[in-house]
Amino acid sequence: MATGIATGMNRLRRTIGGAAVAGMMATSITAGFTTGAAAQEETIKVGILHSLSGTMAISETTLKDAMLMLIEEQNKKGGLLGKKLEPVVVDPASDWPLFAEKARELISVDKVAAVFGCWTSVSRKSVLPVFEELDSILFYPVQYEGEESQRNVFYTGAAPNQQAIPAVDYLMNEEGVKRWVLAGTDYVYPRTTNKILEAYLKSKGVADEDIMINYTPFGHSDWQTIVSDIKTFGSAGKKTAVVSTINGDANVPFYKELANQGIKAEDIPVVAFSVGEEELAGLDTSPLVGHLAAWNYFQSVDTDANAEFIDAWHAFTKDEERVTNDPMEAHYIGFNMWVKAVEKAGTTDPDAVIDAMVGVSVPNLTGGYSTMMPNHHITKPVLIGEIQDDGQFQTVYETSGLVPGDAWSDFLPDSKDLISDWRAPMSCGNFNVATGKCGGKGE
Amino acid sequence: MLQIRSFVFALLIAVSALAGLSAPVLAQNQSDLRSLINELAKGRYDDTERQIEAIAATGEEAAVPALQALGSNDLMARKSDGAVFIVKKKSGGYQLIDPLTGDVAGEAGRRDMERIKINNRLRRAIQSALGELTLMSKNPDRRRQAAEQVFKARDTEAIETIDAALDAETDPGIATLLREARAAAVLNSDASEADKIAAVGVIKARGDQEARAILAATADSSANSGQTALHDAATRAQSHVEQILAAWNAAQNVWYGLSLGSVLLLAAIGLAITFGVMGVINMAHGEMVMIGAYTTFMVQEVIRNSAPWLFDASLAIALPLAFLIAGAVGVALERFVIRFLYGRPLETLLATWGISLILQQAVRTIFGANNREVGTPSWMSGLTEVGGLTITYNRLAIIIFSLVVFGVLITVLKSTRFGLYTRAVTQNRRMASSMGIRTPWVDAMTFGLGSGIAGIAGVALSQIDNVSPNLGQSYIIDSFMVVVFGGVGNLWGTLVGAMTLGVVNKFLEPYAGAVLAKILLLVFIILFIQKRPRGLFALKGRAVEA
Repeated sequence: MATGIATGMNRLRRTIGGAAVAGMMATSITAGFTTGAAAQEETIKVGILHSLSGTMAISETTLKDAMLMLIEEQNKKGGLLGKKLEPVVVDPASDWPLFAEKARELISVDKVAAVFGCWTSVSRKSVLPVFEELDSILFYPVQYEGEESQRNVFYTGAAPNQQAIPAVDYLMNEEGVKRWVLAGTDYVYPRTTNKILEAYLKSKGVADEDIMINYTPFGHSDWQTIVSDIKTFGSAGKKTAVVSTINGDANVPFYKELANQGIKAEDIPVVAFSVGEEELAGLDTSPLVGHLAAWNYFQSVDTDANAEFIDAWHAFTKDEERVTNDPMEAHYIGFNMWVKAVEKAGTTDPDAVIDAMVGVSVPNLTGGYSTMMPNHHITKPVLIGEIQDDGQFQTVYETSGLVPGDAWSDFLPDSKDLISDWRAPMSCGNFNVATGKCGGKGE
Repeated sequence: MLQIRSFVFALLIAVSALAGLSAPVLAQNQSDLRSLINELAKGRYDDTERQIEAIAATGEEAAVPALQALGSNDLMARKSDGAVFIVKKKSGGYQLIDPLTGDVAGEAGRRDMERIKINNRLRRAIQSALGELTLMSKNPDRRRQAAEQVFKARDTEAIETIDAALDAETDPGIATLLREARAAAVLNSDASEADKIAAVGVIKARGDQEARAILAATADSSANSGQTALHDAATRAQSHVEQILAAWNAAQNVWYGLSLGSVLLLAAIGLAITFGVMGVINMAHGEMVMIGAYTTFMVQEVIRNSAPWLFDASLAIALPLAFLIAGAVGVALERFVIRFLYGRPLETLLATWGISLILQQAVRTIFGANNREVGTPSWMSGLTEVGGLTITYNRLAIIIFSLVVFGVLITVLKSTRFGLYTRAVTQNRRMASSMGIRTPWVDAMTFGLGSGIAGIAGVALSQIDNVSPNLGQSYIIDSFMVVVFGGVGNLWGTLVGAMTLGVVNKFLEPYAGAVLAKILLLVFIILFIQKRPRGLFALKGRAVEA
């Protein structure tokens, strides 16, 4: 290092090419492990496609554990069709193209009967063509922006009408909110959701100047300006609320800044669609009491099924502190639906199972039944909860009945005429009722 | 003499008679209040809200503990008879406390009690009720808080209570608050236009965001009801307040910029040593920051479990530990990896990147992928307002802390023997070696110092960011940006670079949005580097070309 000072810059330039190489190496290092202890007897393999490293590991690792637990429990009950289930776990490492590769590996090399996985919309979009081409089944457990219905995918998370719209309705009716901040991370889910919400709010007579839309980069950590903007926006003499589609990691600094600047839920409530029990686990929630979240499940839901599920989860993870959350419930519902459909079809053949899935009804954890609909979305109740000082949510509102998931939003001009029905004879994910033809916008 | 005695006697009788009379009256109120409190548990949110208003209307300060307990979720109803108690958690159940007298009233199992649920609307109602009930409190802090709550609530029925409190108020500060609260309530009522215009003046004098909110609402409502004089007054007052706010806004942006700059400085300053002074491209720098943050978490975890009273000192305890641990990791890194790669920047970059991934995954395996909770000591929570400036204590602490770290580092490098060695080795290794300096030792220690400083930065950053395995990644790019922009090899450049980037970013953000602001900043730096490849403060002389 004799050359010493001030040569770093030149080196940095010379090494830009090296960075790309390093990136490729990094992914191949972290990507390569698969738990595939080949069993002696014949088993039914179930693929688990969740990131165990990289940025999304924070959310997805839990779902992998939840799936392992569900499979273990099913095996205790005697397996499926007289065979044991065998989980095949792969790590797509929060790398979107790798999701497609790993999905292909699961289907064609490991020959799994179905795959449970993905979190971000971009990872789902990246695996869609693979599932279509190799004709397999994907269960997608996370709330998403809608505007999609694919034959090989079952969406067990919430569509916008099962989360965003009821939340906005609640704020409008119960809290009398007249001014809206739509704050989100800059990617497809917040952008589409906000587009839908903006159209919806305008249809309810909210003026342009009463809507403020704000996007921030992934992992944004300096929220001072935005929080103070929200404060200013909220001081126009009308009740104001924030609708947050801010993604996982950026939430903690956002809520910390809210608390720091003294914005209480009584003044400007924040309703979030991506903040659940897991995300709150890294936070002191006492300054956040009263901020809201809209989900289809809370750990605090008081039913026997839920108590049983939580006990099983604690026993499986050997940790009494582990929380449960909405996407876990979605996997619970999805997995049980798949089991039921396979039993109904008597085979794990994807085509037969896909046909058998529609109409399957299984208990959810909130004390009712969820049914798979022809558009491959499910019926769910919508719950609005307020954050409590113990990091849990308290339900303050629940839809009176189940809300069926709507794949194509009625509030976007591009999709309002589209419906989806995968039953014969229609068998179409984007049927345009105006033109009477299959194939409008979307794939 | 006799007269006086008989007078005293008569007075005594009168007093005792009064006392005798008032005792049942008090008891009467008590039982009324108790039934009102018991009613809280019945019905839906709307019914509870009406009950809270009814309790506020009694004006009984005795109801305050019950309302406070309701607000903090500690008010529960006994399932067997519907009686309402303040509860304290204890193992296996609750201790019951009478809501009016504060006496212990037995115990109950967890299944025997039902929490009275509240939502945001009820929380607001409770705040305003508490405000009204404690306006006459003897404690001035409590009165000040009450006045602020009443100001926020804008409850027209509270005007009489406020008037009474104003008459009794001796503290001029609280009296001003009360007058503002009264004005806010008057503007919400159907008082005469003249009264309202007077109230507009009071609110205008307040001149902050809340004042703007009230004036905007008044301007709206008066336009609808055709009160033109009031509308004019409110609109004029509103624009006046907005002018004041705009001026403060610029100052606020500078503050935010300095605050962001101090975070950048903290993250980059360790890198300024390892990259700037030693010339090692250390991609694992961010992970040293992460190690510091996790050290803070571990320290707090130990304190929570064994010595909770030490919590406020947790950061002070974590600082030296974070420095030592991150420093030790840095020394190990230098000894086992980097020293074999000196003069080969490409390999160094790849190797340190690999190490950063290994460290991340190691932390993920040990602590789990989830965020870990790092608490904020009480002295770092909250905010103060200086004029129209909002200054949060944690940001203030970080600004001061970053400057202190910078000062200490400069001193170490300029005025200690170790600093002299470091500079000598980096400027001319052979010469330093011939003078008897153990250059490998200096390399290891300098790298350890840079890493240790990164660890200290981690302690501070744990206060504002996620403590997760990804913590380091979000700072590595920014750190390189600051060091390159400021001028490689110059600590002062790092300081000025960090603060400049912080302030520029914060001035761009309100106009361009956070995403575009970041892009613009990068474009700006690229252009700047084209013009001045060696950064803001370029080193001159032979050393540069060596």
